Amino acid sequence: MKTYQKNDVVRIALVLNGQRRSGTCEPRTLLSDFLRHELGATGTHVGCEHGVCGACTVTIDGVASRTCLSLAVQAEGRSIETVEGLNRGQEPGQNRLSDLQEAFRRNHALQCGFCTAGILMSCADYLVRKPDPSEQEVREMLSGHLCRCTGYTNIVKAVLETAAARLGRPVAATPEADKPGHAGVGAAEQARLVNA
Amino acid sequence: MKPQAFDYARPDSAAEAVALLADAGEDARILAGGQSLMAVLNLRLAQPSVLIDISRVPDLDYVRSEAGVLAIGAAATQGSVEWRPGLATEVPLLAQAFPHISHFQIRNRGTVCGSVAHADPSAELPLCLLALGGQVVLRSRSGRRSVAADDFFQGMLMTARRPDELVEEVRYPLAESGMRYAFEEFAGRHGDFAICAVAAVVRPDGIRLAVGGVSDRPRLKSWGCLSRADLDAAINDFAWELGAKDDHHASAKFRRQLVRHLGRTAIDRAMS
Repeated sequence: MKTYQKNDVVRIALVLNGQRRSGTCEPRTLLSDFLRHELGATGTHVGCEHGVCGACTVTIDGVASRTCLSLAVQAEGRSIETVEGLNRGQEPGQNRLSDLQEAFRRNHALQCGFCTAGILMSCADYLVRKPDPSEQEVREMLSGHLCRCTGYTNIVKAVLETAAARLGRPVAATPEADKPGHAGVGAAEQARLVNA
Repeated sequence: MKPQAFDYARPDSAAEAVALLADAGEDARILAGGQSLMAVLNLRLAQPSVLIDISRVPDLDYVRSEAGVLAIGAAATQGSVEWRPGLATEVPLLAQAFPHISHFQIRNRGTVCGSVAHADPSAELPLCLLALGGQVVLRSRSGRRSVAADDFFQGMLMTARRPDELVEEVRYPLAESGMRYAFEEFAGRHGDFAICAVAAVVRPDGIRLAVGGVSDRPRLKSWGCLSRADLDAAINDFAWELGAKDDHHASAKFRRQLVRHLGRTAIDRAMS
């Protein structure tokens, strides 16, 4: 049995994105604050702090969870993956995005980016468990995240595209999205907007 | 938006957990998934002096199909039940209800027993437990007792659990042949708290209809075989009996209409 008194300063060790890390906290410290303030992993964002917005979602032992609804002491010994770890496993010197992140970029599935880190971590877990989801299922999964920029359409497209690509299915060509500028805005429209 | 300071204990067994609970008194809280409790702590709506974290207790982390029930331990997450192969044949009502329970990310961590212990009047898991006539197993240092769902839920966030008791297990009866089940819910957005949720159990000799989100607790009504017109009248009587109140989500009148509409829809779907 582990017990900590309320004013104890506790040393917590965990595995963050594959690396052993440790830091100190109080029993009441939220995992979100521990990751950001103690371990410096500020890719995980903090929005509502009561489990509504989903911005602080990470995976804990592979399972997507809200870090604002978890205590740092509960994460002791666990393996945490955050957005900083999504593109691991590359050659040294490379700094490419993961396939999921690349699909988000290609589809313009983010604007301000505040909610994105959490959404990416939810998708990372979900697509492992459900490799071939329907659009409706993706929308239900995304209902645990608030995004005020995109209207979700492009996020859904990015998730479905990633799933299809991982299954080796041809992905619907989106030539416009690969051009510079705003997804869905054609080159002529882009030039007009830039020159306006 | 940070919790007040508390002592933290992480027992290794259910026996240790109930011993801690008995020693700590009424000011202690059990922390399982924390998907309701942590929000309440962050908002400082509760300021317990001790948190007893049972999320890692191995002998509470189980989901077993045995003796005609699906037995779910206190540390088992909603996700572990939802993603269980065969749930749709074991407890079809639960399989229908899960997509309505908050969100994927919350169900990953929230526990079934925690939702039952919290007893939010609009929560789906207590509603299903009541509709199916399930049981809640309460454990204290001095022993165990089993309470029927109908006796367990007593009011808004109020249950038959005594302060020194842990909700150790909940038991959802397995599907029986000849019984049909349907779940319907209306909420502001997908995953929000239900403004009205209904669970219908139809058997050859009668109908059970449970309603959540309207009264101060989930409520159940049973009828024998009724004609269509009599059933509509019975559901209407039930809607009025629930004592719906106006709040900032919906008016009492709207809630009564939802009971009539969703009740009828669920029963029709179960029968079809």
